[in-house]
Order: sequence, then structure tokens, then C-alpha cells
Amino acid sequence: MEHEMHKITDSLSPLEIKIIPFLGLKVEEIVKKTGLDMVSVLRALRFLENKGLLKLKQEKETIIDLGVNGIYYKKNHLPERTLLLLLSSKNILSLEEAKNLSKLSDNEFKVSLGVLKRKEFIEIKSGKIFLKIAKGGLAEKTSEEKLIDILPIEKSRLSRDHDAALQELRNRKDIIEIKEQSSVSFELTEDGKKISGKEIKSDLAEEVTTEMIKNPLKKQRFRKYDIGSAVPRISGGKRHFVNQSIQQGRRIWLDLGFKEMSGGLVQTSFWNFDALFTAQDHPVREMQDTFFIKKIHGSLPEKKILDAVKKAHESGLDSSKGWRYKWEENDARRIVLRTHTTALSAKKLSELKEDEIPGKYFAIGKCFRNETVDWSHGFEFNQSEGIVIDPDANFRHLLGYLKEFYRKMGFEKIRITPAYFPYTEPSLEIHAFHPEKKNWLELGGAGIFRPEVTIPLLGKPCTVLAWGPGFDRLMMEAHKIKDLRELYKNDLKRLREKKAVIK
Amino acid sequence: MTNVRFQRSEFEKHIKLDEKILEKISLLGTPLENADKNEIEIEVFPNRPDLISLEGFVRALKSFLGKDTGLKKYKLKKPEKDEKVVIDKEVKTIRPYTVCAIAKNLSLDNARIKSIIDLQEKLHITLGRNRKKAAIGIYPLEKIRLPIRYTALKPGEIRFAPLDSGEMTASQILKKHPAGKKYSDLLKGCQKYPVFLDADSKILSMPPIINSSETGRITEETKSAFIECSGHDLELLKKTLNIIITTLADMGASIHQMSIQDSKPIVTPDLSPEKTRISIENINKLLGLHLNQKDISVLLEKMGHELKYPYVYSPAWRTDILHEVDIAEDIAIAYGYDKFKSEIPNIPTSAEELKTEKIKARIAEILIGLNMNEISTYHLIKSEEAKLMKVEKPLEILDSKTDYKILRPNLFIPALRILSENVDTEYPQKIFEIGPVFHAKEKSETGIKENDSLLIGITPGNFTDAKQHLDYLFSSLGLDYQLKEKVRHGLIEGRTGEIIMNDKPIGYLGEVHPLTLNKSGLKMPLAVVEISLQEIYDLI
Repeated sequence: MEHEMHKITDSLSPLEIKIIPFLGLKVEEIVKKTGLDMVSVLRALRFLENKGLLKLKQEKETIIDLGVNGIYYKKNHLPERTLLLLLSSKNILSLEEAKNLSKLSDNEFKVSLGVLKRKEFIEIKSGKIFLKIAKGGLAEKTSEEKLIDILPIEKSRLSRDHDAALQELRNRKDIIEIKEQSSVSFELTEDGKKISGKEIKSDLAEEVTTEMIKNPLKKQRFRKYDIGSAVPRISGGKRHFVNQSIQQGRRIWLDLGFKEMSGGLVQTSFWNFDALFTAQDHPVREMQDTFFIKKIHGSLPEKKILDAVKKAHESGLDSSKGWRYKWEENDARRIVLRTHTTALSAKKLSELKEDEIPGKYFAIGKCFRNETVDWSHGFEFNQSEGIVIDPDANFRHLLGYLKEFYRKMGFEKIRITPAYFPYTEPSLEIHAFHPEKKNWLELGGAGIFRPEVTIPLLGKPCTVLAWGPGFDRLMMEAHKIKDLRELYKNDLKRLREKKAVIK
Repeated sequence: MTNVRFQRSEFEKHIKLDEKILEKISLLGTPLENADKNEIEIEVFPNRPDLISLEGFVRALKSFLGKDTGLKKYKLKKPEKDEKVVIDKEVKTIRPYTVCAIAKNLSLDNARIKSIIDLQEKLHITLGRNRKKAAIGIYPLEKIRLPIRYTALKPGEIRFAPLDSGEMTASQILKKHPAGKKYSDLLKGCQKYPVFLDADSKILSMPPIINSSETGRITEETKSAFIECSGHDLELLKKTLNIIITTLADMGASIHQMSIQDSKPIVTPDLSPEKTRISIENINKLLGLHLNQKDISVLLEKMGHELKYPYVYSPAWRTDILHEVDIAEDIAIAYGYDKFKSEIPNIPTSAEELKTEKIKARIAEILIGLNMNEISTYHLIKSEEAKLMKVEKPLEILDSKTDYKILRPNLFIPALRILSENVDTEYPQKIFEIGPVFHAKEKSETGIKENDSLLIGITPGNFTDAKQHLDYLFSSLGLDYQLKEKVRHGLIEGRTGEIIMNDKPIGYLGEVHPLTLNKSGLKMPLAVVEISLQEIYDLI
């Protein structure tokens, strides 16, 4: 037992040692005696509780106290008393005279009349106030005055006799204030009682000092810490979790031997749509769907590409029938916030040199659509884009690249279904099986670029595998987010607490 | 995107549904959105408007499942004496084409009428591009007298009672009738408006706006109907008509052709199949398969085609066959997307990361070492934010469904917004963002210059804090800078500096003025640094 106590005294912090002599007192008194602030005393008490020396009790109590007006009235008089005092000297007064002489406000005067009438202290007849109560009775305090005298008081200690007065005064402005207060008290345990009141002298060191290091003592004893107790939180700097995920995606494409594509978020319609065989009257080219920039028109690429794209649209090339309409240069000049990263792929194809084929390229980046914002939609989103330019590539290779990417992202099972995009044929939609949720996630599209896309840009037919599935869905899964808006919200508290995703 | 719903009971009159078949629906290229006791819902992609009607979809699915495969043939009756439509010269400059048909022996109930109207509406939106390219009219033949004239009249000469309304003039229709108001743009600037007239010169409709209420609505009593599609693209009109009449034929109607008397007379509908030349080698190379002619023939028949090598004959209601690759996709679908074995080819390429990405990652790493948190904000800012920060020549979006309408000219504005949304989060708050900002630039490809920028924000923070961070960043990158005093809107004068690198201004730093903090809803002092990264990219 003695040994146990020793263990406890060895682990006492200076704060605890400071309050132990006063443990026989109440919390407020400990604060006074030690000169510590309430927070420190409470902390010390909590430490002692952890050591089994006492038990804290926290109680919530309701205090009935005087409000701003209540304090004033207690010092002076309640307005009804002011009026009574006036009447006791005059007996009868007209309402107007009473109001002026009493110097009460409109409201106070009205309330006072009401109270006194109810108590049958006065009577009002033809605009005059008559005192009904005998002068002797005036000396006695009203129930309201009695209540005011005993405030503040804890609610449970208030006798029922005061109920009516309390109700009356609560209805009046700022006379009564009701406060919730929590009070802390404690009870000493058996061990606590043994130690309480003692002056504990300790030869235990609190911390390692430079002095100690200069003259180290093997025998030096240190105060024991309660190593299980909580410490204040700290947080460090982090990359935004969206960018962490994008880095992860980029790493995978790089590991697969892809080169990274660059290019702006702002593009001409030519690269975003026309070069990708999207007819000029396609609904995606309307401003309800796409962000166009006001007033600005861009410039178009060299004539060779331009003419080939125009021909692909108007009458088709390489045995294609084309879309059969008059293609307008001006529509191609309109500036858009790219609706897909595929605009970068189109541009890349147009820049490729002969010795860069076969080639593999990727980009992960922001795209835009004219959309409202809710839990599953937003006007910005990320896409993971890739192209493989390879005369020997085929549909099965497309599947191979996609499967490998998603496997590295943590999805072992992939399924594909037919889909439609103006610029790919065959086209497909990728679904990944969520291993925990046991359902299929729709991830986005891929396909093989149509000859109407590749011939104008490459100058010759060549198979180009292409994909541009969304990336946000993957991020939501990786970070277990249900609301898309969280990806764009920047709640610093959450950013600080975000767990690292390692894959 | 067009989603189509079918009554499950109606559907099961043709095909019994079980798990396996429901699975197959998505593999046909019509994603199954929902299937419950009463209904099935599929998505029809814009390339296959022939699948919008129950009849069209059942036709394709049956064949895909191996029943009634091959090129489906329909009997068409040759036009009789009055079964013709005369196109007048007047209309050739306004809405030049129409193709027409007659359907007889209709047996219509409410469900069928609803599904025909639904098909018509969905074709208007998709293929017809909101009636611009094609508008469809269906009329009870009992109420009109053949032959039909397609002509154009002056607005003053047009007077009839449109659907759901009393008699109106053409101008009243365009101004007051709901359909008129919705589609009036399509006739904007026209001196005359197109009309269909019957042999008694009764106005049947004013395409592409509205039909007459007297002759323009089919009912359960309708046994025969006159059908027209009008528009600008003859090929597209033919396909549209074919989709409708094959749907009606599948409902049991007999279809009569009409002769269209145009400068070049034609007979419509025309269901002769379309011919595409393919090569087995090309198909196998594209798909990575080893199919022989017989395999391909069987697969094509499942998709409703017929192979007479090297030609593929495709249904006249398919709108999406432009090239051999479109045939290849149908072969892939028939083969089964679920049956393809994936493969990664071994082609020699070497990976390469963008240099700018490397530098951005390095900068982020340095700043994280200073306990900073990266934020990632929208590329668009609100108009009021641009106004508050006196943005010159804002780059505006033509139409935005949210308050975010302007391309951000800096990262300071979004940072103020983010900090204002975090006023109750624990301080100090140290943030940074790296991302593009936008400015007008004439004579560039897009007229807009897009430049990566770096923003650092420290709150509570002062000039010293900002400068310490900038110093640390620059020395870590092995770069130097100078500061020049500068006045900048939103920052405190005398505590704002322009950052100069190699004699070029690349950014600014300073303490934000309390007025700006107050207007942005911030409660603590804020110091910022913003630099353009382009010059740093060039140096590293």
C-alpha cells in the first residue's frame, strides 16, 4: 500500500502538488487559496482523478438571477412601489398626473397599474386612481419584492410560494435572468483522503535541464508522467487531398510508360469539338451545357488541318459520309473552357512527328461544364486522359491499359459496356467493381478514335486508343466522400485532419 | 442523353425478362437504368434514335438475343393515284424538304397513341435538334383529302385553329401559342411560313411549329394516318420517317409510299438498305480478333445487318453508319463486350513527366515543410468578388448556372473566399495554392493567357511573416528576388512590395487592408504573397 502511494506521489505534477494541501476545500476556495486560475485547478483535479485520488462530479444547475432592470429596481424600487408611494401621499390622482409625477416610462406605468389593480391595491374610476388598500398595508413587501430580495438562487432551492411572483417578473423586461451553470465538485477516495492536506516535498525532477546535462547524475529521479493522458493536438502542412490523388494517378500513368501532355483549360472550339468530329449543331456546343467566353474569338490552326477537318464534317473522308452540313469557321473560333481533356489529345496528335509513333500520352486535369452544384454535380471536374498512337493497337489493348490503370488504383474487376461518343468507334463505358461496397461504379468513357479524327490530325490513318474517364469518382471512393462538393470545399479543419491515402 | 421507359407488361408481350436478359440490355449499348415490377428504363445514346420506341428496341434486342436476326424487310405499298405531296417553289428557300408516308389499318389505343407521341417528341429533340433539322406531323387521314401541298404562305394568309386553341393568325400563333413561343426562332426573318394544305386547301399544319386542331391529332378512332417530316436535310428526314413508319408497321399498320413531287421527284418512305464496304482484315485488326467471314456474317445478323462480302447491308432506319468503323463496333457488340480478353502490348515508350509539374510538386513540398496547407479552389470567381477587388477587363462566361461567372485573374480572390469560409477554424491558418490564372492576351490562339500562379496566405500574419516565407522559398529554390515599394488595391500602402526577379516584376506581397478583410468577411490580419511561376519555370 505504502508502495502504491509512493508511485502516486512520484507521478504528481507541480500543479497537483500545489493543490493537494487544499483538497479539503471546495473548488472555488482552492482557486482562492492557491492563486491558480480555475482552468488550471480543474486540470489538476482531473489529473488526480486519473490517479484514483478523487472523483469529480459535474452538475448542471439553473440559477435565477436579476437581469439588468432587476438590478436597477432592487437598488431603487419596482415601478409599482414607486407608484404606490406616490399614491400614499396623494390618495387620489388623475392618470395623467400620476404618470407625470411618478416619472415612470409608458411601459412601466402601464405595467404598474395592471399589477396594482390585480392585487386590488388601487381602483381606477373615470380617469382617476383611488388607493384601496389601507395605508398600514403599504408597508408590507409584495411577493415580487420578496423574490427580488433573495436572488440569485438555484432553481431547486426556490420554494413554490415564489412561483407566481417569478412568473409575473419573467413576463416583464429584463428583470429576471435565468442562467444555466455547471458546477464542479469532488469527493476524495480513500487514497485521496490519505494524501489530502499534505505538503508534498519532492526531489523529483520535472524536466531535463541543460544544467543536468552538464552534470548528469545517475541517481536523478524524474517525475512519472501519466503516459496515457491526452495531449493537445497539433497539425502539419499537407497537400490538398485532391492533388494527392492526382499525383497518385499521374504516377501510375508514368509507371506505365506514358508521357505527360500539357495544355490550357481555355481552348478554341476547334480543338475541343471540331477536331474531335463533334458536329457544330451537337447539343454539347450550346451554352446551356458548356462555358463559352464572352466576346473573345480565337485563331485556327494551319490550313491543311483546317481543310481536312472541314471535309471530315461536311462530306467525310476515307469513305466516311461525314455529318453533311456546312461547317463554319466562326463556330470553331469560339473560346470554351475545355469540356474534356480530350482537347489536349487532339492537339497532341496534330503535333506528333513520325518518330514519335508509337507513342503513349496522358493528362490528368480539370474540365468544365455549365452545371449547377449539388452533391453529385459541379461545374468543375477532373478527367484522366490517355492516348496510345500505335498502328498495331486494337480494342483488346484498350482494355488492357484501362484494366492495368484501375488495378493500380485498387479496382481488380473491370467491366465494359458499349457507349457512344462522336469521336470514337468502337466506344465503351468502364465500370469498376467496388470491393467493399460490392457494386459497379460507372467511371467514364473510352474508345478508338474515328478516322474522321485521326486522318486530319495525323495526316494518315493510324489506330489511336483514347480514354477520358472522370477522376472525381475515384477520389470520392479513395477518400470515402459522399458529397462531391467536399472535393472543392477547402474546409481547413478537414484538410488538416485528412488521412493519407497510400496505394 | 435520352432515357426511355417501357411498361414491363407491354415489353414482356415480346420478350420475357430475366436476370440474364436484363444484363444483356446494357451489353447491346442501351444502359439499363432501372428495372422494377412495372417499368424498365434504358438510356438511348444519340447515335441510335431507332431504339427510342418500344417496337424499335424490341426489334433490336430480339435480334441481339438471336431471334429474328438479319436485315428485317417491310412491305411497302406503291403510291396510288392521289397519294402524293406537291412541294411548291415558295417553300424551297424556307424549309425545303418533306418526306411523307401513309399508314393504314392502324389499331390505336391510348397506350399506343402515347408512345407514338413520345417517339415523335424524342425524335424532335434528338435527331431533329429541337425541330430545327426535322419536325414531324401525324394526321388522321379520315379528316383530310389527298393530294397534299407543301407550300409557304404570307403570315397574313395563314389562319387556323392550332392544337389546344381557337382560330389564330400565324403571327398570333408565334406570339401567343405555347408551341409558337417556344419555336418562333425557327421562323425568324422568314417572309413566308411553311404550311401543309390538303386538296381543299385546308391548313393541316404550320411546320415546325404546330398542327391544326381539326386535322392534327390522332385518336383511338384513327385508322389511317398521313405522316410528314419536314426540314433541311433530306437524308436525315428520310431516316426519321423510316424510324416512325417501321414502328407503326411493327404495331401492325400497313405502310403506303407517297410520291413527293419536287424538282427531283422521289417516292418515300424508302427502306432500301444502306451499303458499306468492309474488309475482314481491317475489322480483325481493329478489334484484335480472328473472325472469319462466316463469324462476321452471323454477328452482323444479330445486329440486324446482312453481309454480302465485302458489302454490309444495313437497315434504312440506322442513322449512325458513316464508316466501316461503325460496322466494326456493331460486330464488337454482337461478339459481346464481356467476351473480349484484355492485353497490354509491349511497345517501347519512355515515361516523361512535365517539367512544370515537377517544379510545382517541389514548391508544394517546400511550403508543406513550413506547415502550410494546400487549398484547391474553383477557376471561376463571382461577379461581386471581381467588383470588390476592382478586376480590370474581367473575362466573363457567356452563360453560367451558378454565381461563378468570371475566370480568376489571380489566386488572391479565391483565397479570400476560402479564408472567409474558415473564420471559425483554429488559427494560425497558413495556406497556399498553385494553379492557373487568366488574362486577356490579343494575338494568342485563344485570346487568353493562362499562367500558373502561387499564392501564400498567413492569418494572423504580417509583412514579416510573408517575407520570411518568400525568403525561405526562394533560397530553397536557389533563386533571388528584390522588392520594390508598390501600391496595390486591397493591400496596405507602405507595407506592399512588388517582387522583382531578373528585373521583371513577377508578383507582390503585403498586408491586406482591414477594409478588404472586413468586406470579405475575415476577422484576423492577413499577409499574402502571390507570384507568377512562368518566370521560375524558365529559370529552373
